[in-house]
Formats: sequence, structure tokens, C-alpha cells
Amino acid sequence: MYDSHVQLGGRIVPFAGWEMPVQYTGIVDEHQAVRAAAGLFDASHMGELSLTGEYARQVIDYVVTGDASKLTDGQALYTCALNEDGKILDDLIIYRAAEERWLVVCNASNREKMVAVFSKAAANHCEFSDKSDETALIALQGPKAFAILAQMGRDAAGLAELKSFHFRDAVVGNVRATVARTGYTGEDGVEIFCAWSDAKALWDQLIEVGRPLGLKPAGLGARDTLRLEARLSLYGNEIDETTNPFEAGLSWIVKMDKDTFVGKPALEAIRAPGARPAERKLIGFEVTGRGVARHGYPLKNLEGQVVGVCTSGSPGPTVGKTIGLGYLPTQLSEVGSRFLVDCRGKDVEAVVVKTPFYRRPKG
Amino acid sequence: MSKAAPAGLSYTKDHEWARTDGGDGGSVTIGVTAFAVEQLGDITLVNFDVKVGDAVEAGKTFGTIESVKTLSDLFAPISGTVTKVNDALHDKPELVNDDCYGAGWMVTIAKAAGSTTSELLDEAAYEAHVKASS
Repeated sequence: MYDSHVQLGGRIVPFAGWEMPVQYTGIVDEHQAVRAAAGLFDASHMGELSLTGEYARQVIDYVVTGDASKLTDGQALYTCALNEDGKILDDLIIYRAAEERWLVVCNASNREKMVAVFSKAAANHCEFSDKSDETALIALQGPKAFAILAQMGRDAAGLAELKSFHFRDAVVGNVRATVARTGYTGEDGVEIFCAWSDAKALWDQLIEVGRPLGLKPAGLGARDTLRLEARLSLYGNEIDETTNPFEAGLSWIVKMDKDTFVGKPALEAIRAPGARPAERKLIGFEVTGRGVARHGYPLKNLEGQVVGVCTSGSPGPTVGKTIGLGYLPTQLSEVGSRFLVDCRGKDVEAVVVKTPFYRRPKG
Repeated sequence: MSKAAPAGLSYTKDHEWARTDGGDGGSVTIGVTAFAVEQLGDITLVNFDVKVGDAVEAGKTFGTIESVKTLSDLFAPISGTVTKVNDALHDKPELVNDDCYGAGWMVTIAKAAGSTTSELLDEAAYEAHVKASS
């Protein structure tokens, strides 16, 4: 697909060992296209791990915090994997194709780590293989996503029936693919897995069919502003091996009633009666002063003491405000709470607000 | 790709332009080049650390320009005293995207004695610099 990206004017940057388009027509332009019509993203850098066999489900349930036993065929689940200290190794989507056939999608930057984690857990229990090098992932996101699929053949037209966080095999254009109703933009849409060798044909066809409906190719830059407005965490920013899922606002993906999973004892200790209350929380904020909070900028209380850190920040093209995510002490984390962002030595005012910053209109 | 750098301006390696305004040549208007604008993308904020009457020193920062993705410093190409600041950019930073050599100008500086634009690049040297860095 590299040639197609360059041909579309994509500005290519190295990302997690991949050559990735950061933008084509401009971050804001692509961002608005996804919200108003549709955007096409090459997300092939993501890792795809396959687990098969009688005990594949148990292996996954041991590694992740979510409850894989609750999934039915064709259902997917957003979850995460922890280390023994209850800190986040990666956030993941797990897919149950069949009782004994599972797919795990991990972040590109964590692929080696997660391959090690899953292959170790799978040893002597189920088959494990890393399919990342042969699997491409194209995300079609936005309100026009299904109108575009409707023109990609009869099978693809039926994908509008797919429920959120469900997937199935489908022929899209003339490419055999697996299509999931998932995404990372806050919009409706799909993520399409296909063989690497078919990806360019599929990409080019989607661009051609989608263009009259307002589809634009979209890069990593727009992906980041879209996910930020939707308050979706980015590994390496909001979550990493120093954060636990509770403080990151991800307790909803942790099933503490599950028998066992890696990191559960550490989380139980955090939640135990008499344990110290959480020291910090991931919050969303608006910058009310003149400045942009960026990843790594210190957050200060109104007395000027450093009390937290910004994990992501940028202007939000749809919300029309400068927004960000960051960790603040629990006592400063209430909506309406005012604080300062140290923008390279200049203190700029900000306020904690409700998230997500953007919620797509129903209908 | 980027528009050619206009003739008659001086340029810095940090992708700023300087235009010596008529008369005795004591007054120089500063802005950023089309190449800088293209690299930055959508500009969302221009902040000046200086106001009219402040002294600036060649090579030192006098403000910042932020786009959706990045922040970069604005460097004074010459030393002198600020005589005008483009206040329109406060509410309309997109002027820099729309017209970086015109309405998107940044500040005007009265050159300090001994400060000169002659060490800056001409358009041909700047174009060569852009080619080498892109």
C-alpha cells in the first residue's frame, strides 16, 4: 500500500518500525472528513496474534483482564493484559471466531512483548502464531462507512447488519476479508483484516468508490486527534507499564470476578479494604488559557507545584477547543477543578471537564 | 509542493523570511515561509513573547507557533526593537496558513545598529536549503 499512500500525497514517517503516512491533505481536513463522511486508515502496523485449540480460550482468559468466556462466535472485546504488578502491558481487542479459534490484536509497539507473553502462556496448551506480517488492517471510519461498503459487492453491503464489536468473514470488492465493527475514532465504521497481498487492491478500490461520498485517506495525525476527542487511550501515552487500569479509567474492562488472570492479586491489593485510596486519576481537560498541552508537559496546582502530567493534548478540531488527557491527584480530579499546564515554562490555565470530549450523534 | 520563495526577501535556515521595508531600510518585517507552513500543517496558535518596544536579539526566540501536531519556536533573524506585532494572528492564526508572506506576517523590527540581513539567505540559497532538508 506504500505506493498508494505516496501517490495520494501522504507524508510518510517511521512509526514503531513501520513507514506510516502521518497525513495526506492535512490533519484537520482528514479529521473533519471522518466526522462528516468517512476516512480510510492503513492500520497494518497493528499486531495480529492467532490462538487456536481446545484451551485457547483459557489461555487468553489467563492473560487478559476481560472475560473471554462470555463471548460468542463472531464477537470481539476491548481488554488489556497486565504484568504481575497489575500494570498495563498492552491494550488489546480479542476476537472469538469459533470456540477454538481466536484472534488477538495488539499495538505495533508492543508486538514483540505480546508475542512473548502469549506464546509463553500458550506453551503446551494451545497453538500460537504471529500473523502480523501476513495480515493487513484497513480501517474505514465515519458516518458514510456503510454507504461505501454497500458499493463493494453484495456480501459487503450486508455488513451494515453487523452489531458493534462483532465481526465476520466477508468479500469486500473482490477481496476475502474479516470485517469487524470496531474503530479508534469515535465514529461508526469497520476495521477490515485481509491478506497483505490483497491490501493494495482493497485500499485503492475503497478510495475510488468512497471518494464521491466524501471519503478521504487519513493518517496517524488525524487518528490521534480523533481518538483523543473520543477519549480513547493510546498506549505509551495514557497507559503503559507504570499505570494500572483503575487509575487509567479502565476498570470497566477488568473483570475482578474472574477466577484468575495475570495481575489480579496486585489489583486486589489496590482494592482491598483499608488500602490507600487511589493517588491519581486520568482526567480530561480543556485548556482555557492560550497554549496547547502536549504529551509530557507537567500539570501544576494553582499554587504552582507540579502535581501531575499531561499524557496527550492537541486542539480538538470537532470540539473546537484545545483539549487533553492527563494524570492529576484524585483530590484535583473533579470536573470543574482548575489547574495549570506548564507549557515549556509558561503556566497556562486549564480545567477538568467531562469526557468523552466528543460523542457521535445518535441515528 | 511548497510555493517558491518570493524574490527580494531574505531567509533563515529556520524557515523564516525577512523583508526590508522601503526607505532607509531600518525596518524589517518577519514571517514564516511556505515550507514551514507546509511542515507545520494547520496552525492553531501564534504566541508572541514580545510586545511593541521590546528588544529582540538575533537567533533568540520571540514567540511560538503551534499547529495541531507540534509547537515550534519563532527566532528573530536580526537584533532590534519590535515596532509592530501582527495582533490579527491572536484570533486568526489561520492567516499564516492562508497567506504566510502577506497577512500572516509576525512582527516588524527596527534594526539595531550593526545588525544586518546580509548574512541571511537569498531565495536561491534558501530553496537549496529546503531541498537539502526535505
